[in-house]
Order: sequence, then C-alpha cells, then structure tokens
Amino acid sequence: MVILLEKLGDYTLYYLEQAGRMGLFLAQCLWRILTPPYRVLPVVRQINFIGARSVFVIFFTGLFTGMVLALQGYYTLRKFGSEGLLGSAVALSLIRELGPVTAALMVIGRAGSAMTAEIGIMRNSEQIDALECMAVDPYRYLMVPRFWAAILSVPLLTAIFDVVGILGGYLVGVQMLGVSGGIYFQGMYQSVDWHDVQMGLVKSLVFGVLIVWISTAKGYFLHWERSGGFGAEGVSRTTTSSVVLASVTVLIWDYLISGIML
Amino acid sequence: MNDKTNTSECPVVIELAGVAKSFSSQKVLADINLRVCQGTTTVIVGASGQGKSVILKHMLGLVKPDHGKVWVLGQDISSASTRQLKEIRRDFGVLFQNVALFDSMTIFDNVALPLRERTKLSPPEISRRVVELLQMMDLPGIDEKYPAQVSGGMKKRVGLARALALNPKIVFFDEPTTGLDVHKSNEIYRLFYATQEKLGYTAVIVSHDVPKIFKLSDHVALLANGVIQGQLTPEEFQRSENPLIREFVETTMGPIYSSEREEVAL
Repeated sequence: MVILLEKLGDYTLYYLEQAGRMGLFLAQCLWRILTPPYRVLPVVRQINFIGARSVFVIFFTGLFTGMVLALQGYYTLRKFGSEGLLGSAVALSLIRELGPVTAALMVIGRAGSAMTAEIGIMRNSEQIDALECMAVDPYRYLMVPRFWAAILSVPLLTAIFDVVGILGGYLVGVQMLGVSGGIYFQGMYQSVDWHDVQMGLVKSLVFGVLIVWISTAKGYFLHWERSGGFGAEGVSRTTTSSVVLASVTVLIWDYLISGIML
Repeated sequence: MNDKTNTSECPVVIELAGVAKSFSSQKVLADINLRVCQGTTTVIVGASGQGKSVILKHMLGLVKPDHGKVWVLGQDISSASTRQLKEIRRDFGVLFQNVALFDSMTIFDNVALPLRERTKLSPPEISRRVVELLQMMDLPGIDEKYPAQVSGGMKKRVGLARALALNPKIVFFDEPTTGLDVHKSNEIYRLFYATQEKLGYTAVIVSHDVPKIFKLSDHVALLANGVIQGQLTPEEFQRSENPLIREFVETTMGPIYSSEREEVAL
C-alpha cells in the first residue's frame, strides 16, 4: 500500500513538474515571438518544411476526405430526400471540423514528429548545450522560427484542405452520383457563413501553436523524460509520445473551441 | 612557486567554493573547491564517472549546484539570470567531448554560426574569418562538407575553430583527445599550444590523457570521491603524498598490466 502511494506521489510530482516545464517553455517562446529581433530567413526555411512540404499530403487527404464525406453524406441524405443539402453538409463538416483537425493531424505526423526527433537529437548530442555556451538563445534560434512557421502555415494548409475537400465532394456528389452542381454550390453558399470560417481559422491557429509547442518541448526536454531519453531508442520513444500527446491535445482543444464558439 | 603556479596569488577567473551536486539520490560532487588563474591551463583528472564533466558544466552554467558558489569572471553564475549567463558566456569557448557540431550544417556554417549570431560582421567578413580559422587548424578545403563526412580528428579541429571564433577569454575542453590516435592527439595539443600562445586564453581541460596532459598544464587537479584532492603543479602532483593522488599517479603512469594475475604476481 505504501509503495503504491509512493508511486502515485512520484508520478504526480513528475507530471506536475513536466506540466510546469512545458508551461514555462511556452511562455519563453511566446515572449520571444513578440520581442525583436525578428528574422525572416529562418522562418521562411521552416515554412518550407512545415508548410510547403506538407501540401502534397494535405492535398490527398483533403481530396479523399471530401470524397468520402460526399459518398456517406449522399446515401444518408437520400434516405430523407435531402440530397440537395450535400454541398452544405460537406462544406460545413470540412470548414468547422474535419479541415482543421485532419490538417493538424497530418502536420503532426509529418512535421511534428520530425521536430521532436531533430531537437531531441540536438539535445542528446549536446548541440543545444553548445548553442547555450555560445550565448546563442536556443529558444530564439530553434523554436521561434518554428512557431511563426506553424502560425502562418497551418491555417493555409487547412484552407487548402477545405477547398480540395469541397472539390473532392463535388467530384463524387456531382460527377459520380448525379447531384446538380448548381444545387451543390448554392447550398454551400447559403449555409456557410463567416462565423464558420472564423471557427476554422481560430482552430487551425490554436492547433498550429499546440503542435509546435508539444513537438519542440518534448524534444527540448528529452533528458527529463521519465522513460529515459537516452540514445536512439530514447529519441524514438519520445517522438512517439510527442505525436500521441499532440494528437490527443488537438482533439481536446477541438472540442473546447467548438464548445466556446458554437 | 611563481605567479603562474600559485593559485592563491594570481588573478582568479574561475572559482568553485564548496560546490555539491547530486542527481536523484546519487551524490556526484561533495565539496569542490577549485581556483583557475587567468592565462593558465588547469587540467582536471580523475577516474571515469567521478564527475569531471559535471564540474565543467557548473563552470559553463549548464548545471546549478545544490550547494556552494561558482564565480566566473567575477560573477556568481550559480545564481545568475539567463540574461547574465548569456553575457558571461560571450567570453567562453567550448570544445565538447563529442564535439557537438551541428550535424545538419556544413563545416563552414558550423564555424560561422557564432560569428553570425553574436557579431555584426558582414557575410564577406564572416567568410574571411571562417577561412582564416580553418586554415589555422590546417583544415583548408572542407568548408562545404558535413560533420559526418570528416574524420574524428578533423571534427575536433573544427570544434576548436568554432570555440575560438570569437577570441574567448576562457576555453573549456572536455576530453579533447578521447577517441583519437597518438598522432591526432598530438596534433590537437600542438594546435592548443599555438592558439593559446597567440590568443592568451585561460584553459580548463578535463582529460584522461595522463601523463601527456601534464606537459600542457600549469595546474593539475584530481577529482576523487566528489572532492578535489589537490590542485598542484604537475611536478608537485607527481610527488604528492596524498594517498589518492599517489594511487592515481601510480595507476596511470605505472606499468601496463594485461591481466589481473600478472598484476598480483608483481
């Protein structure tokens, strides 16, 4: 019993410490984002990595998400004789929910994991210590460009996801299943308002910050990992836990933002 | 004993007083007292796992002591803020044990990084300085290579070039010759001699390379049982009556045994 209580206390202390570290890490990053010097080139490089190189995967996931939405939506709506609402259903689902969430999950898988691994390896091989000893601020040098890149890229990737998804829905709904193209777009035009777009935008911005925060912090604090952040195995374990944590956090925040904004 | 060898009379640039440090339940440093004089070379020796690199990390401000104080260039870095630490570190150069080159950057960018981040030099000036540093280290023509594409000895020399890029006042060396053969070790020592002569920096070296490292040093300090057992000139160190120092000297400078049986027989 005592051992169980000891373990419970130990776990609680560890996770409280971890939460505190992560919170301070975010505060340090946000402070540096807002204060000069501002440097463009590192941000452009990170936009290329987080944003431009994710376009391909976002395009295909968006296309097939829109297509399957139209397919499922068409057969459900047909039961009620409301095939005309297909455009609205596809667009609202994508803009409010599926666009921001799926795009975020794709960015986590493609760029978030890479960020954790890269910064984790830098931590393990003393490269971050080397930066500190050269009086180069690792937060400003490593994190700030990534935060800016995510803040700028994730909403744009989400927009691409939404547009491609709507076109995917058009391909299936209109070209394959025979819904009128005019009705598909008319329904969308009537039901989607600025508030829906705003919600999608807010979500994608928040998700962008969450992804970079969790991915970089997990790598940066690799040496504090309870499971032992040493060597290649430590990096791979931390990368996995970073992807899981970022994905779950995005889904929790999706619910919270929907709850607040609906 | 001249000024260079008596640490109580020389201008001190680093001082550790009563430093203690534990990691989880393991006590690594018990009571470290050490003074490093300006312009001298202090070598910290000791068996593996005794915490020599931990002492170095205290001096660099990467680790805070549980007890005691660490003064570097007149400032207490054990309680310094991030901003103060950054200021103090402007005068540091560090050659890490595994060199810690940025593996996704070219050799040129590695050496140029401190110049780009910490000076207002123009790109052509940075380029000139990097070429000059690489030439000083006998490393011409490898600018565009990545660290993984050069040998261990070359990496150490690139690390030294990066450490010296901003003419630091203090240079820290963590096992500078570990993993290198005799020729490459000698090459590093030769470069160390030449650059210290030219730039006049204070050096703190953590090393296993006994007795060769004695030739470089003004002071040798033995770390054992979490305590500095003595900070002496190399000659005094080799004649010391301290049993732990004697044992260290005899073990590291005595005959080489190939088996336990052979050792017992002798």
